[in-house]
Amino acid sequence: MANIGETRKGIKALTDNIGFVRQVKEINKKYATPKIKMTPMVKIALFILRVYLIVLVLLLGYKFFTLINGGIL
Amino acid sequence: MINMFGEKKAEHLNLLANLYYRYRKFIRAIQIYLILAGPGILVMVADNDAGGITTYAATGAKFGYDLIWFLVLLGPIAYFVQEMTVRLGAVTKHGHAEAIFSAFGWFWGWFSFLDLSLVNWLTLITEFIGMTAAMSIFGIPPLLTVIAVILIMAFMVIQGRYWTWEKIALVFAALNLIYVPLAFMVHPDFNHVINTGIIPHFPGGFTATLFFFLMANIGTTIAPWMIFFQQSSVVDKGMKEKDIPFGKFDTAIGAMSTVLVAIFIIIVTGTVLPGTNVDSAAQAARTLIDKYSYLGGAMLAIGLFDAGLLGAICISLSSSWAFGEVFGWAHSLNHKIREAPWFYGIYFFALITAGAVVLIPGAPLVLITLFVQVIAVTLLPAAMVFLILLLNNEEIMGHYKNTMLQNIISWGTVIMIIILSTLYGLSVIFPQMFGV
Repeated sequence: MANIGETRKGIKALTDNIGFVRQVKEINKKYATPKIKMTPMVKIALFILRVYLIVLVLLLGYKFFTLINGGIL
Repeated sequence: MINMFGEKKAEHLNLLANLYYRYRKFIRAIQIYLILAGPGILVMVADNDAGGITTYAATGAKFGYDLIWFLVLLGPIAYFVQEMTVRLGAVTKHGHAEAIFSAFGWFWGWFSFLDLSLVNWLTLITEFIGMTAAMSIFGIPPLLTVIAVILIMAFMVIQGRYWTWEKIALVFAALNLIYVPLAFMVHPDFNHVINTGIIPHFPGGFTATLFFFLMANIGTTIAPWMIFFQQSSVVDKGMKEKDIPFGKFDTAIGAMSTVLVAIFIIIVTGTVLPGTNVDSAAQAARTLIDKYSYLGGAMLAIGLFDAGLLGAICISLSSSWAFGEVFGWAHSLNHKIREAPWFYGIYFFALITAGAVVLIPGAPLVLITLFVQVIAVTLLPAAMVFLILLLNNEEIMGHYKNTMLQNIISWGTVIMIIILSTLYGLSVIFPQMFGV
């Protein structure tokens, strides 16, 4: 367990030193909290959007595996 | 008697003064519009990019003039979506990528940003495919076309002035009207065009092929990059709340232009190539040369090159703006290259890599074209839903938020586009499902 902890610390120290990763982390921190008021309409719209995208990704995944199995890719 | 005469004279003078005031006001409004015109026209005309020209050419060749009414309907739809970006940009002074990050948090922000970057880069490749195919008709090798395009686009931004870039882009947009004289050159029977094209109907019934074409036309009318481009463009131009009516007018003019060009392309291929299966606009140009005249085919090819160039100009910028907004880099066309190296770096990186892909022998260009349509479907609904939610937020929009009528129109439009573009995406992934 200690080893895993140390590895994580090591990876964190490494990524912190890479400019791009640090920048991404800063962006994530800056935009951690959505500023839009979470009205019922916003919540419903975001929920439907998540479901829509999950279904779409599953369909794309299915197509990808069909192509692999069919030997096209 | 003298009093009456004097009163009449005063009335006339009042009327003249009033007329002169209105005339001055009208001239002033035109002058302001000419200063503010640009983003709306550019985004709408660039919407008729290489892929769009192919779709319209194929539609005309397949169905003749029968689907002109459908394109007329698409004009207002494109307008209602795009005018929202004018209001959002002018009020928040932020581009769409930044607005999504700020309002919906990093998850939706990264999703939209990465999806946009990917779909834009892939679309850029399709623009290069169109441009190289168009120039190959004149015997110009693809390598030369790619280099020329990159040089033209470098020249446009190297001045470090938004104004210069926009005016050059508007010249290319005006060249898009080449299809208008071309349509007159092929001598269509305009009575027949009006009789068959204006009244809504489904030629040959509502078949799977017709449905595919309707969806393809919608897919080319509204694209995710358009939302990001126009909002960033409005911000870069420095438009303010008071400029919104001019921005809306600009968008309306652009929407009319895009529909007009699309209709004239349909008239060309519907007159000269009826019943032909057209796979690309370049193929249509070659067929036009064989069946009609060299000049006609050459004009179609020039129009295709111009459409691809205009698409590339707007798409590469929409990516650069999004990168700048998200990473906080300087991101304005008013900056010199040394002042905004990342902004221009992304612009050239996208251009050069997309151009290079087209030059790879045996690159899966058809697969890339299909992939663009599928990936766009994953981003378009998200971008449009975010747009409406932002436009309904009083804290962000103040009294520029959507009215009840605007919401009815925009939600109706968005839901219809989401359903049809999703079906279009699915028909590309699973063609057998639609019998295409």
